[in-house]
Amino acid sequence: MEVFLQTLVAGILKGGLYALIGLGMTLIMGVMGIINLAHGQLMMIAMYVTYVLFHYMGVDPYYALIVSMPSLFVLGMLIQRFLLNPLMKVEAILPENQVLMTVGIGMVLTEVIRFIFSSNYLSAQTSYSSEVRFVGGISISYPLSIAFVVATVLTLALFWFLIKTDLGRSIRAVSQDPEAAELMGINAERIKIITMGLGSALVAAAGTLLLPIYYLYPDIGGPFTRRAFVITILGGLGSTVGAIFGGVTLGLAEAFGSTYIGMEFEEMIGLVIFLLVLLFLPGGFKRLTKV
Amino acid sequence: MKQYSGAILLLAVMLVFPLAVQDAYYQHLMILVLLWVAIGSGWNLISGYAGQVLFGAAAFFGVGAYTAALLSHKLGISAWWGLPLGAVITFALALPFGWVCFRLRGPYFALATLALNEIFRHIATIWESLTEGMVGILVMQTFVSKVPYYYIALGIAVASVLTVEIVVRSRWGYYFVSIREDQDAAESLGIDTLRYKSVALCLSSCMIGLAGALYTNYMGFIDPRVVFSLHDVSIAAILVGIIGGVGTVSGPAVGAFIMVAVMEIFRSGGFGFLGKLSSATGSPFVATLTKYISEAHVLSFGLLVIFVILYLPNGVVGDWPILKKKLLFWRRQATV
Amino acid sequence: MAFFEAKNITKFFGGLAAVNGVNFRVEQGQTYGLIGPNGSGKTTIFNLINGYFPLTTGEIYFGGRKISGLKTYRICQEGIGRTFQVVKPLKRMTVLDNVVASAFLRTRSKREAVRLAEETIAFCGLTAHKDKLAKSLPIASRKRLEITRALATKPKLLLLDETAAGLNPSEVDEAIRLIRKINESGITIIIVEHIMKVIMTISDRILAINHGMVIAEGTPAEVASNHEVVAAYLGEDYDAQS
Repeated sequence: MEVFLQTLVAGILKGGLYALIGLGMTLIMGVMGIINLAHGQLMMIAMYVTYVLFHYMGVDPYYALIVSMPSLFVLGMLIQRFLLNPLMKVEAILPENQVLMTVGIGMVLTEVIRFIFSSNYLSAQTSYSSEVRFVGGISISYPLSIAFVVATVLTLALFWFLIKTDLGRSIRAVSQDPEAAELMGINAERIKIITMGLGSALVAAAGTLLLPIYYLYPDIGGPFTRRAFVITILGGLGSTVGAIFGGVTLGLAEAFGSTYIGMEFEEMIGLVIFLLVLLFLPGGFKRLTKV
Repeated sequence: MKQYSGAILLLAVMLVFPLAVQDAYYQHLMILVLLWVAIGSGWNLISGYAGQVLFGAAAFFGVGAYTAALLSHKLGISAWWGLPLGAVITFALALPFGWVCFRLRGPYFALATLALNEIFRHIATIWESLTEGMVGILVMQTFVSKVPYYYIALGIAVASVLTVEIVVRSRWGYYFVSIREDQDAAESLGIDTLRYKSVALCLSSCMIGLAGALYTNYMGFIDPRVVFSLHDVSIAAILVGIIGGVGTVSGPAVGAFIMVAVMEIFRSGGFGFLGKLSSATGSPFVATLTKYISEAHVLSFGLLVIFVILYLPNGVVGDWPILKKKLLFWRRQATV
Repeated sequence: MAFFEAKNITKFFGGLAAVNGVNFRVEQGQTYGLIGPNGSGKTTIFNLINGYFPLTTGEIYFGGRKISGLKTYRICQEGIGRTFQVVKPLKRMTVLDNVVASAFLRTRSKREAVRLAEETIAFCGLTAHKDKLAKSLPIASRKRLEITRALATKPKLLLLDETAAGLNPSEVDEAIRLIRKINESGITIIIVEHIMKVIMTISDRILAINHGMVIAEGTPAEVASNHEVVAAYLGEDYDAQS
């Protein structure tokens, strides 16, 4: 029972972070209609930004959020402006060329980082990296709980932004019907640029929050890209509430999988769930809950 | 016959190539090109013609490769039997996969193939009692010389291109392209889209699986990271298809040549040219440059993906008229 | 046994009835018109007939056989061809290849398919555009290509969805002539059309629907004088004033 509860708590905490990753992906999916296969690589960049701040300037990873999020926001905007938006005007046989473009971007990001930092494993060991609190016999990782709290705050802030602000409403309008939104005087290209920046900033937050508990190496992006699309499909493409459900579900599935089946299955579980959801629940959780 | 004269000429050149060029290094590069012709043709049939983008070619490549390796490793049978058997097994994998996943459309199908790719890579890594996991499997190579491998690869590449050529001129080809252009229209014109998408996938997977089995025999060593690689196999297959020209018969051949050439130019620093240059001049700058360029070969690959999608979305063959116009324009400007 | 019969067909999208308990029968050789205001469920009926949407309830019979529940491509094989209101040309194929692809339904030989395609193209008057890419055609020719392609599957029943929409008056006349010619060659037609001139001149019988339900059925003259039809098209006020 204790093991079960322990796993449950770990899964939910990790799920909070995954939700943050999934939210960014979902926003991009909603507005652009594409799966961003460079999502994990963007997160990796944010982790390196945080690492540099921590290692060379002694900035606490949590304060580094102030730098990592804006810098990834800008990077995301640049990618959208100069690499993805121009593709709208290119006529190609395969409609998937935007998705493929994100793969190319992901590769370039990974290799540029490898160029600068080499393939070595890095880590940002903080004083609290392995700190644990006990609540009723269950140990709770301190940095993971902080990450969970920050992720929740950011998620709430995002919802406030999407519901209450004009810009947020424009984003929702474009994701519901780009053509109609454009007719209403919304500049869809600009919205796409901002959304890509926003999605990148969200995943940057997740990366920064993960750094104290993870090792860092250039190829870390790939597994997280896969997690991101699993979460997005799980939640229902373009559904923000679904992304939170998807993130928590994946967090729990991975936690229980690695506890009860074996550590090495951790990544595969997500992929198998992904295939099952694609086949038996197309539309993801959105279809069950209609949110 | 005239329309095939170029192809026949090329084939003749390819047939005498290993006799003319004895250097094992260039023979090796050509074998890689031929392997990519087969993989690219397979990718092109399902993705370029039938429009169902395969993001996980490595799933079939790896299964073909492991079929050959396991035959020799577990059963002590010659890995060459992996060629026919690999094709059969990838076929047997593609059939149910297609039947299940072709209910998904467009990007969803692409993601499902990507997931299949990753799942197989994990299985091959985890199931150590069968696959030896990350340690990989060593297979004794049959020939010391590269020439026999070259001709076998040539045979497979030619067979792949011919298969595509014959299929796309037939009823199947019309059906594939109809499905790519508009699946609803195709269905309402009496085309069983599920069935013909599966046909295309099975044919494609056979070509890719065959290439995988040949890879095992030729390289003599495989591990999950290499043969189930998302970047080096799956994405590279897409790149070969796109560089050459999506939905063209000769596209994959052109694409394979360009991709191997570009990668190798980076990896080897201009086929060793930069290395020679730096030792000849003794310039530390050229030496550093050489080192960086060879380290950047994967980076070059990513940049190539971006460049091709932005500027050559229909590939060298597909955009040839535009490309020719641009080249002529440059030449005219130069002479003025 | 009727040539074609729809029995109590109903389609719900979510909680909304797009088509609700519609009955009609079409005799062989007829041109059967389907009219109704925008969003009244005409195209949905086509999508139900050719199996693009599954029926919520009801049954459809064709040539004495139940066809509801069959897949779209099977229904086409049974002999029901259709065109789309929003044309769906196979863009990067030539006009000839578009038609050859559908002609393969009735023959496995490529030579035979090409022959059938060329014959159908000539019948529909598209020979001049034969080698052009479908995406380069003007709208009138695209509409015509839709019909040609459907005809190449050798249908016994042809469903035409807004074939004359977006055409200029002379093109409309040509379209009417073509539809007549197809009907005279022995093919039964069900046609959805907005342009009253077209539907009134070519239909043998007309079914008028509104909000997914039948409001009138009969000869063109009967339907045109029906109060409910007039009201549905011109609004309740118009009916009250007259």
